Amino acid sequence: MLKSLRVSSIYVLDQDQALDFYVGKLGLQVIDDIPLGYMRWLTVGVPGDGDRSILLEKPGPPAMDEKGAAEVRALVTKGRTAGNLFFTTDDCRKTYEELVAKGVEFVEGPTDRGYGIDCGLRDPFGNYIRFSQMSDAFVSGKWEGATP
Amino acid sequence: MSRAEEDLNRRVLRARDAIDLSYSEPLDIPRLAGIAHISEAHFIRTFSATFGETPHRFLQRRRVERAMYLLAQTRRDITDICLEVGFTSLGTFSRTFTQIVGESPSSFRGHAKPIPVPNCFAMAWLRPSSFG
Repeated sequence: MLKSLRVSSIYVLDQDQALDFYVGKLGLQVIDDIPLGYMRWLTVGVPGDGDRSILLEKPGPPAMDEKGAAEVRALVTKGRTAGNLFFTTDDCRKTYEELVAKGVEFVEGPTDRGYGIDCGLRDPFGNYIRFSQMSDAFVSGKWEGATP
Repeated sequence: MSRAEEDLNRRVLRARDAIDLSYSEPLDIPRLAGIAHISEAHFIRTFSATFGETPHRFLQRRRVERAMYLLAQTRRDITDICLEVGFTSLGTFSRTFTQIVGESPSSFRGHAKPIPVPNCFAMAWLRPSSFG
């Protein structure tokens, strides 16, 4: 039986730029940064969130050929990857203001959606990220769903 | 695809995000083209080529998606919702809503049901398509 989700991954186009964003702006911490030669194993995570980490993976050889990497880069830059990340926060509006001050690009400001107040942003490459301040109803299991 | 094309993708995506963020405001092509660092004419062509629809159509679908949410989640007057999401006339709102959703705002409100998933993600799917 599966026990937990430990590593998930998203594609980034430049790992140094990704570090600047995910660590320098969003406040994540580096879990691993290991040069393997064929790839740079670079993972980040939310401080205090146990072993869960996000692999910031650069598309390219030898994992995929240049044509495949170009296809991935096109999808990322058009915002069409499924590599969404969803974080939680204790105070959505405050976190939003802090990140705006750091120059983070938001797609949607804090919005009450029943299950919580959340908002959406993009990383420098086009990946979509959301964070939410979950409502008491959601946390207690009493949230019955939202309408479209 | 060259790095220049990828950079253009990202800039046009940034402009599309700006529409998303200020969906209740009038479409400001000069501002959006400025965000993408291209000419106004080039912006509309590039946007359509990149995302498969015009900026105007994207904005309409964004407004209608938000209107669907408000119609279903609240008891607010339809005219209030129409104005809040950015339409300036009830006639245009009703016509656009019906064209995109396939039924009028009041008809939609009559049967909308809750969905048990965070609709921040689902909204991209719930936003009525202009492709199919």
